[in-house]
Amino acid sequence: MSAVTFAFAVLFYFAAAVCAAGLVVRIADYARTPAPLKIPTTPAPTTGGGVALRMVREVVFFESLFKGNLWTWGLGWLFHASLALVLLRHLRYFTEPVWAWVAFIQPFGMYAAFTMAIGLAGLWARRFLVDRVRYISTTSDHLMLALLLAIALSGLSMKFLFPTDIVGVKAFFLGLMLFDWQPLPASGALYLHLALVAALMIIFPFSKLLHAPGLFFSPSRNQVDNPREARHLAPWAARFEER
Amino acid sequence: MAAEIKAPALRALPSVPPALAPDSMVESKPYVAAEKINEAIGFPGKLDDDWQVVHDKAIAHMGTLLKRYRSLKVYLDACVHCGACTDKCHYFLGTGDPKNMPVARQDLMRSVYRRYFTLPGKLVPKLVGARDLTRDVLDEWYTYYHQCSECRRCSVYCPYGIDTAEITMAGREILDAVGYGQKYSNEIIGKVHRVGNNLGLPGPALLNTLEGLEEDTKEETGVDVRFPLDQKGAEVLLVTPSADFFAEPHVESLIGYAKVFHAAGVSWTMSSHASEAGNFGLFIGNYEQLRTIALRIREAALELGVKRIVVGECGHAWRIAYSFWNTLAGIGQGAKDPFAVQLQSQLDLSYRQPMHICEFTWDLIQRGALTLDKDANDHRIVTFHDSCNVARASRMGDAPGGQFEIPRAIIRATANHYHEMMPGTTHEATFCCGGGGGVLTDEVLDLRVKGALPRMEALQQVVSDHGVNFMATICAICKAQFSKVLPYYGFKMGMVGGVHQLVSTAIRLGAKS
Repeated sequence: MSAVTFAFAVLFYFAAAVCAAGLVVRIADYARTPAPLKIPTTPAPTTGGGVALRMVREVVFFESLFKGNLWTWGLGWLFHASLALVLLRHLRYFTEPVWAWVAFIQPFGMYAAFTMAIGLAGLWARRFLVDRVRYISTTSDHLMLALLLAIALSGLSMKFLFPTDIVGVKAFFLGLMLFDWQPLPASGALYLHLALVAALMIIFPFSKLLHAPGLFFSPSRNQVDNPREARHLAPWAARFEER
Repeated sequence: MAAEIKAPALRALPSVPPALAPDSMVESKPYVAAEKINEAIGFPGKLDDDWQVVHDKAIAHMGTLLKRYRSLKVYLDACVHCGACTDKCHYFLGTGDPKNMPVARQDLMRSVYRRYFTLPGKLVPKLVGARDLTRDVLDEWYTYYHQCSECRRCSVYCPYGIDTAEITMAGREILDAVGYGQKYSNEIIGKVHRVGNNLGLPGPALLNTLEGLEEDTKEETGVDVRFPLDQKGAEVLLVTPSADFFAEPHVESLIGYAKVFHAAGVSWTMSSHASEAGNFGLFIGNYEQLRTIALRIREAALELGVKRIVVGECGHAWRIAYSFWNTLAGIGQGAKDPFAVQLQSQLDLSYRQPMHICEFTWDLIQRGALTLDKDANDHRIVTFHDSCNVARASRMGDAPGGQFEIPRAIIRATANHYHEMMPGTTHEATFCCGGGGGVLTDEVLDLRVKGALPRMEALQQVVSDHGVNFMATICAICKAQFSKVLPYYGFKMGMVGGVHQLVSTAIRLGAKS
């Protein structure tokens, strides 16, 4: 086994561990921290089912962002929907035999890489062109977009510029999952793509990418509007009652 | 502060966001509370002379809040700087100061949170916009966390529901914890503890005022409309903002409530112990203050033996009553401590508890229990200003959005001429009056005038198009703020009034028994 294969194997075990453990810790932290007061942004659903529906509209359609800014919504939704398709398409490198629906979306996933890059470029352009967004952008905001765009472009380059031995790539990842390591095909574009993805996985639980789990814990979105009917009391606030 | 305060020019709607004017509002800050004021409500009197002590206390308190409030923790983590909120704040739209963009206001604290509570902020602060807490940063918090009216408009448009009000409240809570409190809010909280209401109106003066109102109303209507105080055994306890007792136009609504109770034949009372619906504990984000002030209502209800609790026209008070009273004081259903259990056995739970005066009046109108002469309001061409806390932090009636429909239904039942302001400036998208959340104080009048700009632009449109001459609202702070700032925009201060002011004009007493 080559040193490169070894390095990438270790890198991916490490990245997966950091990403998973980091997210578990963060999510447990969110779940354990109480929301002492009822603060849904109203009008809000009055039932649990209604809240679930509100959450679906936020997660799938970005409802609030749609109300907020059409450009950001359009570009953001294009990017996220494309990313979802691309990720699902990549399941083919981790499953044997490939699931039928994954095979079905394969061609769409290829186009999605382009629309993902377009969405990212548009979002990045906003950080330069809109003075209000330029004002609030930090270095890490730019770097995050650069990272995601580089992942998309390096991925595309393997399809259109530097054909890569994807059968070998698949063998490598199946091997990683089964702890039966296989050699990683030699390809600069592949090395770059994989290194960037590993970096993204490592950064995820420490960065603003926490917006993904965060949304589910946002009290203004996930609370039921029923304060008159049901009492809502946080454990630390309940202690005042005992005095 | 500028010697002369001028209103910005009104622009035609829909208007574009202003160009950035960095630091244009850096001088606008409310008076810092004196030692006595802070100490009276249990906060350190002033900042410690040793900065390190202040620094450590502030960071420690931030840590406490991060454990207490999921909202704070999630909101500080989740923002991606997408910019959707940047043109939503009325203070930004009126001033152009970029630190009044909701995300920038949050970042004042987020930068410190990252530095002390996250790994990247500890390792590579520059890269992620993290910074140390310094005296300058603390001053910046004081300035800009008092240029937020906690109106939640930004939270409507945030893809993660980030509510800047939660960050502002945490900021003010930390400032209070290190002895850097705001005079206006803390002084009023002291008064409510000491005297029973925000205006410091003692019981005898209150009684005197109410007797005067009885005489005035008798003169106007020829009917003996009562304004009872501390009446044991009354059916309803009315809790209303103390401005209703004598401020114009607030008092007109109080007269309206009294006429409604009279016409409905429902016995009611106010309480000298709880002669205030407002609760500035919300503005400073302090749970203990919020709770102690709310408990007065329960004590008054138990003492007077009432069956129902009704809340007068006050925005943040209705948020607290509707959303928080059950949590804080067991007014509602489900509390288990002995006093709350006693209260629940006393209250008639076939009614909503607590109930907004608009819910109360609208129920009566629907039952045909009130005689209303709409023509009596024909001199008024009416529009309605949704108050932020009612619109985005509470509800009326049984269905979501009742907080928009019920006041409008009452207006339509009491007046012939009604026109909506432009969509995007009403309902959940309503603009704050510019004086909410603890900034209704004259040393920040410049901020208040500029913050009213988006509402004034929408108002100007219906004034031009429909000749609107009356803006109804259901919030004591909105009424006080508009009375003050309307003249700066060339409107008459008497243009603003309560929904129950319209009811008061239209209602015919004695026509039905």
